[in-house]
Amino acid sequence: MSADDFVDETRRSFDVVADKVLANLQANESVTLNLAAEETLFIRFNSNKVRQNTHVEQLFMTLQLQGAGRSTEMSRTLSGNIETDCEAMLHVLSLCRAELSILPLDPHQVPLENHGSSDETFRGVLLPMDAVVDAVLGPAQGCDLAGLYAAGSIIRANRNSKGQRHWFASQTFFMDYSLYDGSRAVKGNYAGAQWDQAQWVSNLAHSKHLLSLMAKPLQTVMPGKYRTYLAPRAVADLVGMMGWDALSASAWKQGRSPFKKLADKECRLSAQLHITENFGLGLTPRFNELGEVSETVLPLITEGQLSTLLVSARTSKEFGLSSNGASAAEGPRALDVAPGTLDEKDILRQLGTGLYLSNLHYLNWSDPVSARVTGMTRYACFWVENGEIVGPIKDMRWDESLYDAWGSNLVALTQHTAIVPAVDTYFQRALGGSRTPGALIDNFTFTL
Amino acid sequence: MPKVEFLSALAYARNATQWAGLRYSRESTQSREVRNDAPDKNATSLDEGVMCEVLVDGHFGYAATADLSSVGLKRAFDMAIAATRATSSYKVHTFDDSHRAAVQGTYESPTQTKLAVTPLALITECLLAASKAMAIDAKIVNRAARAVAIQTQIDYFTTSGTHTSQSFDIVDIGLVASAAQGLQSQSRSWSLSGQHGGEVFVPAIFAQHGLRVANEALELLAAPNCPSGRMDLILMPDQMMLQIHESVGHPLELDRILGDERNYAGWSFVQPADFGRLRYGSPLMNISFDPTQQNAMASYAFDDGGNPARREFLIKDGILKRGLGSVESQERSGLPGVANFRSASWNRAPIDRMANVNLEPGTSRLEDMIASVDEGILMSTNRSWSIDDYRNKFQFGCEHGRLIQNGKLAGVVRNPNYRGVTVDFWNRLSAVGQSDSTYGTLYCGKGEPSQVIRVGHSSPPCLFRGVEVFGGQS
Repeated sequence: MSADDFVDETRRSFDVVADKVLANLQANESVTLNLAAEETLFIRFNSNKVRQNTHVEQLFMTLQLQGAGRSTEMSRTLSGNIETDCEAMLHVLSLCRAELSILPLDPHQVPLENHGSSDETFRGVLLPMDAVVDAVLGPAQGCDLAGLYAAGSIIRANRNSKGQRHWFASQTFFMDYSLYDGSRAVKGNYAGAQWDQAQWVSNLAHSKHLLSLMAKPLQTVMPGKYRTYLAPRAVADLVGMMGWDALSASAWKQGRSPFKKLADKECRLSAQLHITENFGLGLTPRFNELGEVSETVLPLITEGQLSTLLVSARTSKEFGLSSNGASAAEGPRALDVAPGTLDEKDILRQLGTGLYLSNLHYLNWSDPVSARVTGMTRYACFWVENGEIVGPIKDMRWDESLYDAWGSNLVALTQHTAIVPAVDTYFQRALGGSRTPGALIDNFTFTL
Repeated sequence: MPKVEFLSALAYARNATQWAGLRYSRESTQSREVRNDAPDKNATSLDEGVMCEVLVDGHFGYAATADLSSVGLKRAFDMAIAATRATSSYKVHTFDDSHRAAVQGTYESPTQTKLAVTPLALITECLLAASKAMAIDAKIVNRAARAVAIQTQIDYFTTSGTHTSQSFDIVDIGLVASAAQGLQSQSRSWSLSGQHGGEVFVPAIFAQHGLRVANEALELLAAPNCPSGRMDLILMPDQMMLQIHESVGHPLELDRILGDERNYAGWSFVQPADFGRLRYGSPLMNISFDPTQQNAMASYAFDDGGNPARREFLIKDGILKRGLGSVESQERSGLPGVANFRSASWNRAPIDRMANVNLEPGTSRLEDMIASVDEGILMSTNRSWSIDDYRNKFQFGCEHGRLIQNGKLAGVVRNPNYRGVTVDFWNRLSAVGQSDSTYGTLYCGKGEPSQVIRVGHSSPPCLFRGVEVFGGQS
């Protein structure tokens, strides 16, 4: 089945199955249906060769049933065969109905509404399956390349018994990769909706150039506090921690938010810091699992002060806050950090002596109350002296509070930004991503 | 399960391949959550599909589908064959059908009461009992209880005549009490996970653990920060689980050592030449791979390549002996491995994974370990974890700390953390407890495309000398 056929047939199937379920509701029942589907070719590379190739077609539908003040939801894989899938979802409806009868009342139930409709399909021009390996590996001859190519269609759709309809489909690819010279490595990513061989060659050439810079003598840096430049991808990793409860209104109310001090107005971050949830980046649909549509641009942090946390409808109901269309997980879906004033050509000079970090690795809260995060340096990270790169560093562990790094220690943000699309593939290909500038930070703490 | 269609599709695929396999997976997951005495989540999922596997031109390739009709299965095999033919000239290694086992057998989780007959209302009753038991003080601001009950059926058929049929009942339970005052907050938790049935859902036991974690959350809220410095460290089994997982399990995965994982989770400090030679830890360190362990999270009779599961020692008397690598990785590396070719579900290809990776019990009593420490900390229950992509430099944090002074347990401390470097750390192991406890997780992430897998870890309490320990800022 071609990528276009998959999108068209899935749409037809979704509508028929949804119609069937909605037509079988009983009085006082209301239903939300969500579909997550994809058709993806994954090819995993190691040492410039193919390790594994996997083609996946999957459709997953979730039915949330409300009735008599109770809520339950049930999901199941569908086959794509309309008759079979109608029967399967009617069975799911009957199971949900049976379960409602044994559940306690749900005091925070969000009554379903019609939040409107949307319809977006972004068709791409993807490589034919039998052309992928030559296209990817041809320009990489002589390199030690490891990585993942993923391409195909991703679909998110939503309907409910109040008449709401949303459809989002996109056909995209990504090539997420690393180039190695022994243990020295650089990270690259090429993603889009239309494979352009010249762009891929150029992307790879840039990574090869970065790798050549790693040939300088390896530097050992002692633990301590250093002026540090985080390239946009490293900033994306660091602000990504805000998706781990920091910006969640529910986590704040439950005493779990690392941004509690910020939310309680007990502190503020640097006035240079402006962060929005920006659906204008086009990385992900604006509707959530209830079909609520977020503002195109939602300010989260403005001039270092919290504008709003992410508030889902359920949190709104439980704690009396205003919902802002957040998903149930209350994590950012399209984080956008506004650029600053630091010119790219001035980065090393402004850094002076310190560390230049391209990528971070394996971040986790080490002291949530003080918003302290630990992690590692990874890939192209350099020791810089007097504005000159001396050489790559051995990987270092760092441990730093976001209140300090994004607070008084933030020296400057760069004028240039980079979009980092989500390349997560747990359970399904992720949508979303972030746009971030680079950041120059004083007294960044390295511990091991 | 449409077995007739499966066998017919395999026969169809056999004509265009050197070998073909089909792995059917059907899994139902019941998730229940209660927060502050009210239901927070009632969700069920049913995940069913097949992974079609082919060997073409010496290269294994895969296609996954949830369309179990004859037409759907043949279409998936056609896709697997076409994609594998298109990539095989760049294959990383040439395999043949000897790299898949020809076996028959069954496995069933050893439960007392099958989850299929365990009432969901009982699960909700247990969660409510825990939530209510945590309501002991206004400073307990959040009382959360969750349970996941999973029933899985996996059948594997191949053109070599293999048919393995395995069914699993899995339970994952967690309680968390959060205490807060001013800007400070602390959480304490209890968990139970493994291959269990309805026998673990006893409301009185949930209430007992709920009360304990609420009391301990209040203690932590009032406790001073963990001190900083080099000192002796006793880790309880619910932290040893994480220590074993991150600093022993992952670095011994042969696919990491071969570089498959370099672009995602990372490589390994372990080199092929280290097997049989590297002193990984002190002579007290004995690590086993044991998918035959009763009731542990990752027990099975066959991996997803049909390889029969056996208990093996990975590290014996501190010396590295064997890697966590499947038949394919063993063939590519020439190193000894285990039956650990595992996939998360029908839509992912198998890769090298941990199963139950355990630290074998030693001879020390916990009270003797404590008595041997002049100045140190006893830490329980993992809270934070981070390690580098070669699995060397780690930093882990725990929920709960107890000072040890002059051979005796002293006060509670909050935000206890420690850091170290893997081989140096394990060589500081100076006592291993007599009796172990078993923990597990549903969510070990790895691979491209990524997948989460279930792992189990058993360990006794362990004493490490001279570790860098520190607390929080607040």
